[in-house]
Parts: sequence; structure tokens; C-alpha cells
Amino acid sequence: MTKAHSPMPAATSLPIGLPRAAAEPPIIRRLLIVVALIFLTLFLFVPLAFVFAEALKKGLAVYFAAVTDPDALDAIRLTLLVAVIAVPANLVFGVAAAWTVAKFSFPGKSILITLIDLPFAVSPVVSGLIYVLVFGLQGWFGGWLREHDLKVIFAVPGIVLATIFVTFPFVARELIPLMQAQGTEQEEAAIVLGARGWQTFFRVTLPNIKWGLLYGVILCNARAMGEFGAVSVVSGHIRGGTNTLPLAVEILYNEYQFTAAFAVASLLALLALLTLALKYVVEARTREDQAFAGEGNA
Amino acid sequence: MSIELTGITKSFGRFMPVDNVDLRIETGELIALLGPSGSGKTTILRIIAGLETPDAGTVAFHGEDATERHARERQVGFVFQHYALFGHMTIFENIAFGLRVRPRAQRPDEAEIRRRVSTLLELIQLDFLAARYPHQLSGGQRQRVALARALAVEPKVLLLDEPFGALDARVRQELRRWLRRLHDEVHVTTVFVTHDQEEAFEVADRVVVMNRGRIEQIGAPAEVYDHPATPFVFEFLGQVNRLPLPDEPGGDGFVRPHEISVLGAPEDDALPARLLHSATVGHFARLEFELEADARRVSVEVSRETLRALALPVGAIAWLRPTILRRFAGR
Repeated sequence: MTKAHSPMPAATSLPIGLPRAAAEPPIIRRLLIVVALIFLTLFLFVPLAFVFAEALKKGLAVYFAAVTDPDALDAIRLTLLVAVIAVPANLVFGVAAAWTVAKFSFPGKSILITLIDLPFAVSPVVSGLIYVLVFGLQGWFGGWLREHDLKVIFAVPGIVLATIFVTFPFVARELIPLMQAQGTEQEEAAIVLGARGWQTFFRVTLPNIKWGLLYGVILCNARAMGEFGAVSVVSGHIRGGTNTLPLAVEILYNEYQFTAAFAVASLLALLALLTLALKYVVEARTREDQAFAGEGNA
Repeated sequence: MSIELTGITKSFGRFMPVDNVDLRIETGELIALLGPSGSGKTTILRIIAGLETPDAGTVAFHGEDATERHARERQVGFVFQHYALFGHMTIFENIAFGLRVRPRAQRPDEAEIRRRVSTLLELIQLDFLAARYPHQLSGGQRQRVALARALAVEPKVLLLDEPFGALDARVRQELRRWLRRLHDEVHVTTVFVTHDQEEAFEVADRVVVMNRGRIEQIGAPAEVYDHPATPFVFEFLGQVNRLPLPDEPGGDGFVRPHEISVLGAPEDDALPARLLHSATVGHFARLEFELEADARRVSVEVSRETLRALALPVGAIAWLRPTILRRFAGR
């Protein structure tokens, strides 16, 4: 960028590997960077800063009082509980789905891949409604559940189910391309050497995908803790019972307890920042995995 | 251990890579499956290993039907074209893998594993690399590690899929001789797949030439080269000219470029041809002719002395006489 005044600016500051024809003149490049930065500031940094500013406006004491309020603590507990169930469930499902898709060929494979993406395509509110229609009082299993005194909708099981549904593509989506790129040769080598199925999985497959898997789990967890729409439909907003953190934020805000609302929201924002940091680290290792798998073979 | 394939057929959709193949491999033999890509040689190797299931036919090990036996129970060593080393394990652990995954009752103790891996590392002359990872090794080194890993479980059969395909010419030469020496030492029944006839002929006791899922010919290298059974084998094993047969109008005979004499004057049976191009390649010269009769191209190889004695300029007419003209039944 410092050589903009030299006779061949585009050539001197060109990133390695980019063909000259693909590079824009420096003016355009700077303009694009400035536009991107303004956009980022307006839509990402300012709101984030605002959350923390509002949360801490009345001082630390008020902040801590808000986040240690019994209702807030209940919401934290429920959010953690939901994540502790939904994330492992989707980890198992995601690995199984990715394994099936990447290592075998069977009729209907492309339909399965599309189905895995369904929760991304459907509005979360619709996802929640599906569960109300199936398990609600007027739903298919409503009568049966009532007879056996089981509550799904407006109770914790409903929230867990809706969260699993919404977060279920994350792990599978991350692993499918990685496992497809790695192929099946190493697994075949392990089997011919006498390894059983679980030995092949734990000693060969899992070490090859561990960073990709962790990356998927981190994203899955972030969404599981932050999901609002689907959970809102099935929760019933029972304070101290079926309120997760995002729902607690909404309730507090609607009750004009702005500081408390932002204090609870700041917990979610912190979670997001932590997720980003982890994602950054793991992403680098995932790339290594991919290069590693290629290098180990070719 | 001997291997016997009977009526092996395998198709992937409409593509039929292996079509009713019978093959018997004797104990201790070193066999090459030779053929162009898509001729079914790799599929046969994978069927022997149990990595593919044949649609029809049987695989027998030592006279015992093993068609339904799982790959893990077949006691074969398989060396993959791209090595398939475990990238996250050291060279030592790669070689030890087959021993470590054994059920506890059959698993050697740690000291025994160390001893066996060290012996193999010495055998492949890479003991100084035991603690390295596969991505730190060269292609030739990786290939030797893959071989050691396969040998660690003391397989009854060793199967190699294009083992030297991804290596450069010099390393390939070296590894070829090394494989031959290794086989003479270890004497395990070995089948390797290659599309390189030189490689097959240099290393193997017997060569199986394959084309479109079928076996064209089986025999010792010299036998296959000197007495090709089909035009395919003849053409696959080197450059070939087709020349008209003098006693059979419309029929063609097959002749290699070095089996044609170039004459400066007309003679009985010699075919007049125009010289299009000549190039000296090392100790011999390669000449391209065009037959006057039907304009077909003929390549001829002569010694540089012969070329000098002929003093033939490009565009001049010479007379070609094949010293031998092979014909195949039904052609």
C-alpha cells in the first residue's frame, strides 16, 4: 500500500498468488476496505459496545445484582442444561451423518444432505411450531402425553427438542467436506491391518477430524445457547422454569428493566466473543488438518 | 499362500471393470497385474484384499474359500498407491499399528512390538526416521514405510497397488530392485499392479496382462514379450507397426520398429516408402516412413551406423522389409 506512488503500484503491492489481471487499482481497493470497515463498525462494533455500555451504565453493583438475580440464575442454569444435552446429541448425530455421507455411497444420499440443511432453511419460529403441533395439547401425541402426565411443550423437554432441531446441521456441515476430502484410504489401510470398526474410528478417523469437529461443536454450542425464535414458541416463558437467557433478555426489556436486560444480554455477548476467539484458534488448526491429511497421502 | 480366483466378476453400474476372471497365483510367487488404466487390475487386487466384494465368483486362499471373509481376517498386507499413512502418527507408530490393534490375547508385549518395528525400520533403512511424521518424509521414504507397515503383521499375501506410480523415475528404479530383493528374502506371495510394462518385466516372476476387465495373457516376462497372445498384448508392450501381409490381401501383420530393415534399392517383398522424418535418440535413430502403396505411417529404428551408411535425405524413397511379421488368429 505504501508504494501507491510508484510507476507500477498494482504489481508491487500485489498479494502473492493473485494474478495481476484480478487485482483492482489501489484507489478502488482502499474504497472497498473503507466501505467494509464503516459497515462493520455501524452494524457490529457499535451495537456490541452499546450492550456493555448500557449494562454498566448504573455501575458494577447494579450489573452484578442483575445477573445474580434468582430468575437470571435460573435462566443461566436452564441455558447451560439445554446446551449440555443438545450439543452432545448433535455431536453424535453430526459425526454419524458425516461418516455415512462421506464414506459410503447409497441411493438418496443427496436427499439426506439436503435434509441435514433443513433447519437452516426453515425459520426458527416454524421449527418451534412444528413441535407445538406434534407434542402440544391439540397435537398428534398431545392426548397420550397428557394421559401419562408428561409435559413437552411449555416445559424443558420442548426447549431441548427445539434447540436440537435448530442446531443440528452445524457439526455435520463442518465434517462432511473435511471427511470427503480425506477419503477412505486410511480407514481401508487400518481395516486391512486388522483394526475393528471402533479402533478404526478412534485411532484413525477421529484424530483426522478432531479440529473440524471441535469447530462444529463451538458453533453448535453458540447457537444452542443463543437460540431465541424456536425456543420462544415452545417455552411458555415461565419465569424460573422455562426461561433461557435470550428469553430472559426479552422479558426484562419488555418490563422496562433496561439495565438488567442489557446486563443479561452482555452475558450472551461475552459468549459470542469467547466463541469467536475459540473459532479463530480452531479454524487455523482445521486448515492444518486438511493440509496434513493431504500431505500424509500424496 | 496360494491364491485362486474363479469366475470373478465385478461391475459398478454399467461399467464392468472385472469380467469373469480366473487366475491362480502360486505360493511365494511375485506376480504383476499389467494393463492400461480401467483394465480392472486394481479392482482385482482390492477383491483379493476383501476391500471389494465380487458380484460373482470365488476367492480361495490355499484352497480354502475366502470370498466371504472380512478384509480384517484375510491376513493380507496392502500397500496403497498414495501410501495412506496415518498422518497424525509417527513412522514408528504407523508400522506398529497392525500389532497394537490386535485383540489382547494375540497382541505382542511392548518390548516385542519395539523389537519388530525396529527390525522392519532397519529392513527399509529408515531407522533414523522413527520419530518423524509422514509429511516430513519424501515420497520414496513414505512408500517404504507403507511397505514396512504392511509387513509388520506378517501377512500371508502382499498386495501393492501401483506402488511406484507417484515417484520420480530414479527413485522408482531403485525401489523396484529393492522390492525384488526384499521378495527374494521374505518370500511372501506378492501381487502388484502396474501400468508400466518395464516395471512389470523387471520385477515379476509372471506377468498377467489385462484389458477391459479380462486377462489377455499370463506368462513369464520373456514369454509374454516374445510370444504375445493377442494384438492387444503386442501393441501394449511397445511401439508396433501394422504392415500388409504379402500372402493375404487385406490382412495385416505386426512388427516392432527395430524388426524392419531399411534398403537403399528395391528387392522382392520390400515395400517402397518415403522418409518423412529422422531423429537420433541416444545410440539409435528413429525414422518415420510413409508407405507409397497406402500412405500409412511406419516407424523404424536403426543403428546410427546404418543410418549413416544409407545416407537417406528426408523425402527420399527407401524399401522396407520386416525381418519378422507376426499374425494373430482371427485377424
